[in-house]
Amino acid sequence: MTEAVIEAEGLTRRLAGEVMVTLVEDASLAVHRGEFVAITGASGSGKSSLLYLLGLLDRPTSGRLWVRGGETSTLDEDALASLRLTEVGFVFQFHFLLPEFSALENVMLPMQRLSRSPQAEIEARAIDLLGSLDLAREANKLPRQLSGGQSQRVAIARALANDPLLILADEPTGNLDTAASANVQRILMDLAHHHDCAVIVVTHDRDFAAAADHMIVMSDGRIRGNQPVR
Amino acid sequence: MIGLASGIAVKHLLARQRQSLVSLSGIVLGVAFFLAVSSLMQGSESDFIRRLVDNSPHITIQDEFRNPRLQPVEQLYPSGAIELRRVKPLTETRGIRGYPQILEGLRTLPALRTSPVLAGQALVSFAGKDIAVSLNGMIPAEVNDVSTIQNYMIAGSVDALTTNPDGIILGDALARRLSLILGENVTVTAPTGEVHTFKILGLFHTGRADYDNTQTFADLKRVQALLKRLNRANTIIIKLDDPQQAHAVADGIERRFGYKSVSWQEANEDLMSTLTTRNIIMYTVVSAVLIVAAFGIYNVISTVVLEKQRDIAILKAIGFRARDIRRIFMIQGVLLGLAGSALGLPFGAGLMLGLMQIRLKFPGSSDPVALPIDWNWPQFAMAAAFAMGAALCAGSLPARKAATVQPVDILRGAQ
Repeated sequence: MTEAVIEAEGLTRRLAGEVMVTLVEDASLAVHRGEFVAITGASGSGKSSLLYLLGLLDRPTSGRLWVRGGETSTLDEDALASLRLTEVGFVFQFHFLLPEFSALENVMLPMQRLSRSPQAEIEARAIDLLGSLDLAREANKLPRQLSGGQSQRVAIARALANDPLLILADEPTGNLDTAASANVQRILMDLAHHHDCAVIVVTHDRDFAAAADHMIVMSDGRIRGNQPVR
Repeated sequence: MIGLASGIAVKHLLARQRQSLVSLSGIVLGVAFFLAVSSLMQGSESDFIRRLVDNSPHITIQDEFRNPRLQPVEQLYPSGAIELRRVKPLTETRGIRGYPQILEGLRTLPALRTSPVLAGQALVSFAGKDIAVSLNGMIPAEVNDVSTIQNYMIAGSVDALTTNPDGIILGDALARRLSLILGENVTVTAPTGEVHTFKILGLFHTGRADYDNTQTFADLKRVQALLKRLNRANTIIIKLDDPQQAHAVADGIERRFGYKSVSWQEANEDLMSTLTTRNIIMYTVVSAVLIVAAFGIYNVISTVVLEKQRDIAILKAIGFRARDIRRIFMIQGVLLGLAGSALGLPFGAGLMLGLMQIRLKFPGSSDPVALPIDWNWPQFAMAAAFAMGAALCAGSLPARKAATVQPVDILRGAQ
């Protein structure tokens, strides 16, 4: 087995307050390149919270997390932001595109932030990405001119912009009709199986989860089951 | 990154055009009024100082000493415990001793014109009326070098004194009180009892009632004779090419000759401090305008920050750092400040042009005068700098708030 893209050990996240709320408790997992992992569970079972921890958007109260072998608990906010920029691609339930920017500009944002290539190259890559997701004709449209499925595909293109190894998706099909949903599902699986990414998807769609290589079932913040689907 | 942040900043502002325009117009008005008022205040201050400098000697050497003279015993034992009581100054004719030598010494200094004056009290009598005046004995040929009185002559001239040493020049107000006109003879009586008849060779009108009522000018030699103080002068007046040097030059002269030398700044210390107070009041009031405008900027950027919480969360999730986010909103402040200055300065210049059209007639002055406006670049620079400062402060608070947005809090709420 190759080195894990992401590995967690005893991740716990609690929210302090009048009543201590435990979002995630003692979660351990490892996801490798080419793996497609689904996290399922009832509402409030901690799936999204776990995903935010894995995506370095939130810090665990305790436990350790490695991204491509690198320990992340010692990193400061800026270093975490850099890791998110280069190693992690997020797709959310609501596409969360910036409304004032066209589809093309939205996809260019992460690359511009990274600013490793000249503007023309960035634009060319963004057009390629949109083209590969069948969005070439939508490039100059604003998010509000796109359908739900198109928006979600733009969001996937944006997540892929800096060529990350880890793709995290939070209910990516939660808001889509059956056809669009199947399309998004196919794209994400394709990323794992043909582009060698590690893909982790939070979903309560049984069929979607059943199509994954690995299924993690959560309840009350704990991982109750973690097994290969086939 | 600056380009990217600016791009996002501009899109945010353009997305809220109406609110951005309202806050922008606040800054435009603030800059314009700041510019107009401060250039008017600066203009009137310069105008006031120019008049002050023009119409008064730059340095006056007086026939007195700043500190009482040291007694011989004090000079001999400077650190001794000596107490002298009831020291009575030697009775002597008052005046500047050896003033021709001092004048000679002064004339070796560059960029300076000087002339001696003997001033004293006298009574001008005509047709049964006596009025006390200040009689200034001057060297007629040098008057124009050190005084602007020639500019205020409404009849006759100062030069006429050169040809007729028995002439006198007085203010029109005084002449009116005594029903005198140019060319008439007037009797002047000195405290010494000496009487001399002068012919009126000139009338001046400065607009300052006190001056026009009490000042008279005559030939130095005649005044010396009248006051029985032959070969004496009690004041030496000096004009400098650069009036701003007056303080330093006066110090040098005082050190060299011992007599008290007063620069125009020192003589008008109270006025100068009034000007400072006036400036403080003015800048406080005008800054308040800009502070109010800054609240407008604060308001629009805060609203954008609140509205864009989700976008901020997304940008952070993508990998933008806190300072990248802060920069986006700081740039919005800068853009509003820049645009406000760019539009406000021409608008302010328009106000200044408008103010220049206003003609005011002050009591006591005969001609309406235009408001003095200072058109120099520091006024413009200062207005722009204040606007930028206000915009930056107004932008920095919401920008800081935006930087601390925790993406997880927003994403959780959005689910």
